[in-house]
Amino acid sequence: MTLTQRLRGIDWISAALWVFRAVIIILVIVGTVRKLFLGVGTQYTTQDWLDFISSGLSQGGLYALIALGYTMVYGVLFMINFAHGEFFMSGALTSTMLVASTLSRSGFMNEQPIIYLVIVTVAAVLTSMAVALLTERVAYRPLRRAPRLVPLITAIGASFFWQYFFRGLFGSEIKPFPVPAILEGWITIAGITFLKVRFVTLVASLIALILLYLFIMKTKTGKAIRAVAEDKDVATLMGIDVDRTIAMTFAVGAGMAGIAAILWALVFRQAHFYMGFVPGIKAFTAAVLGGIGSIPGAALGGLFLGLIEAVGPPLFLEGLGIPAAHQLKDVTAFTLLVLILIFRPQGIIGERLAEKKA
Amino acid sequence: MSILELNDVHAYYGKIHALKGVSLTVEKGEIVSLIGGNGAGKTTTLRTICALMRPTVGSVTFNGENLERYKPSALTAKGIAMVPEGRGVFARMTVLENLEMGAFHRKDKEIGDDIDRIYELFPRLKERRTQLAGTMSGGEQQMLAMGRAMMSRPSLLLLDEPSMGLAPVLVEAIFSTIVDINKQGTTVLLVEQNALMALNIADRGYVLQTGAIALSDSAKALQQNEMVQKVYLGIE
Ligand SMILES: Nc1ncnc2c1ncn2[C@@H]1O[C@H](COP(=O)(O)OP(=O)(O)OP(=O)(O)O)[C@@H](O)[C@H]1O
Ligand SMILES: [Mg+2]
Repeated sequence: MTLTQRLRGIDWISAALWVFRAVIIILVIVGTVRKLFLGVGTQYTTQDWLDFISSGLSQGGLYALIALGYTMVYGVLFMINFAHGEFFMSGALTSTMLVASTLSRSGFMNEQPIIYLVIVTVAAVLTSMAVALLTERVAYRPLRRAPRLVPLITAIGASFFWQYFFRGLFGSEIKPFPVPAILEGWITIAGITFLKVRFVTLVASLIALILLYLFIMKTKTGKAIRAVAEDKDVATLMGIDVDRTIAMTFAVGAGMAGIAAILWALVFRQAHFYMGFVPGIKAFTAAVLGGIGSIPGAALGGLFLGLIEAVGPPLFLEGLGIPAAHQLKDVTAFTLLVLILIFRPQGIIGERLAEKKA
Repeated sequence: MSILELNDVHAYYGKIHALKGVSLTVEKGEIVSLIGGNGAGKTTTLRTICALMRPTVGSVTFNGENLERYKPSALTAKGIAMVPEGRGVFARMTVLENLEMGAFHRKDKEIGDDIDRIYELFPRLKERRTQLAGTMSGGEQQMLAMGRAMMSRPSLLLLDEPSMGLAPVLVEAIFSTIVDINKQGTTVLLVEQNALMALNIADRGYVLQTGAIALSDSAKALQQNEMVQKVYLGIE
C-alpha cells in the first residue's frame, strides 16, 4: 500500500477527535502534576482536600437524586423532560414559603427540628409530585404519539410556564430557607470534619438512592415501570396500565427531586423561582454521564459530577495556572457534558443516546 | 356462545387498510389456526383482539361481551393472553420476573404454585430462572413467553407464530406443549406461517389473504384443499 492510499484510508474526523481527546487528557495530567508536585497555585492542606471531596460528594448526591427523574422518564418515554428542574424548584419554593417560614417563625423548627425537617420534606415532595403529574397529564400525555421533537419543545415551554407561575405566586426575590440550629456547624467523623448540612445531605441522598433502587427492583410498581420502559405493548398485554405507570414514573422522579430540593435549600439556605435551572442542567449532565435510562448510572453520574466539579478546579485547573479556578465549577461540569456527548454519548454504563429507539 | 367472535372487523395503520372485514369465531376448548402469508394481516388480527388496536368498523366479542368498552390492560384479567410475534420477553428482567409479570393482575396466593407448574412444563426455565431473559436463546425465549402468558391463567391464548426461527425439534416440542395447554382447558387461537404443523394440531382453520378471510374449514378439510396445498403446504 502506498502512503497516499494509507492516508486516504484514515477517517479525518475520528483522527481529529482522537487528538482532541489526547490533548484534554494531557492537560488534566499536566495540571494535576504541576499542582501536586511542583506546587503551582494555592497550597491546600489535607483537610482542604478532604473538604473538596466531601462537599463534592454531597453535592453529587443531590445531582444524583435529581438525575433520577431525567433517567426514569427517558426510560419510559425516550424524552428529555426539560421541565424536571422546575419540579425541583416548585417543591423547594412552595415548602419554603408555605411551611418552613411559618414553622420557623412560630419557633417549632428549633423545638422539634426532626419533625420540622420531615414536614418540610413531605411538603416539597407532594408539591413536586403534583406539579409533575399535572405537567404529564396536560402537556405530555396528549403528545404521546407526536414526533419526538414535539414533546421536547413542550417540555421547554412547560419549564418556562412553571418558572413564571411560581414567580407570580411567590414573587421574584430570593427567599431565605430557615435551617434548624442542630444543623449548624461542623461534625467530625473518623477524623474527617464535615459541614453538618453536607453530611446530612450525603447520607440522606444515599439512603434515598438505595430506597429508590429497591423500589424499582422489588416492588410491583417498580417492575411495571421497568416493563413499560422495555415494551409498552407487551406491558399492556400483562395487564399493566401504561398511562398510569408513566404518570407514576413522573411522580417518583419528582418525589426524588422534592427530597433533593429540601436538601439543596438546607445547604444553600435559600429558594427562588429560578433555582431549578442550573441544578436541572447539572443533573441532566449527570444522567447523560451515567448513561441516560440507567438508574445506577444516574446515581454514579451524579456523584462523579459533584466530585469532579469540586476537585477538578483546584486540582488541574489551578495546576494549569488558570486564575480563580474555583469559580469555574460550572464550566467544568458543562465542559464534561460536551465532552461526554462528543466521545461517549452512551455514558459510563448506559446506552447510546442517539441510537436508542423510540 | 363462542368464546371469541370477530364480526366484519376493519383495521387501519394510518391510511393502510390492513383488515378488510375479518369475521371469525373460536369455540370454547378449540385450537383454531389462522394461516396466511407475510403481510396478510395475522398479527393485526391478534392485536385487534387484544385491543392494542381498535377496529374502525366491526366488533370483537369475548364470551358474548363487546370488548370496545374495556381498556386494553383490562383484558388480561378477563382471560385473554397473547404470546406476541417475536416473543416480546422483557430482556432486562430475569426469567422469574418475566413469569411474575404474567401474573401482574392477580392477587391470589397461588402465583407461586403456578410458577412451579410452568417450571414443570419447561424445566429449562427453572434452570435459568435468575438469568436475564435477553441473554437466552430464541427457543428458551419462546418457552418463557408461553409460560408468562399462562401465568395469567387465560381462558383464551393467542399465539403469534410461535415456531418462527426455531429448529424443527423445538417446533415439535412447542406444538406439543400447545396441545397440552389446550387439553388442560385453554382455548387456543394459533397464528402460523408453518401451515402444516398448525393444521395438524388444530380443530379448525382460517386462511387470511390480504386482510380478508379467504377460506375457513375444519383443519382436515383445509389440509386437503388444493389452494392451501399449493400455496401454504408447498404440495404441487
Ligand atoms: N405498524 C405498522 N404501520 C403500517 N403498516 C403496518 C404496520 N404493521 C403492519 N402493517 C401493514 O399491515 C399489513 C398486515 O400486517 P401484519 O403484521 O398484520 O401481517 P402478518 O400477517 O402478521 O405478516 P407476517 O407473517 O409477516 O408477520 C401489512 O401490509 C403491513 O405492511
Ligand atoms: Mg405477523
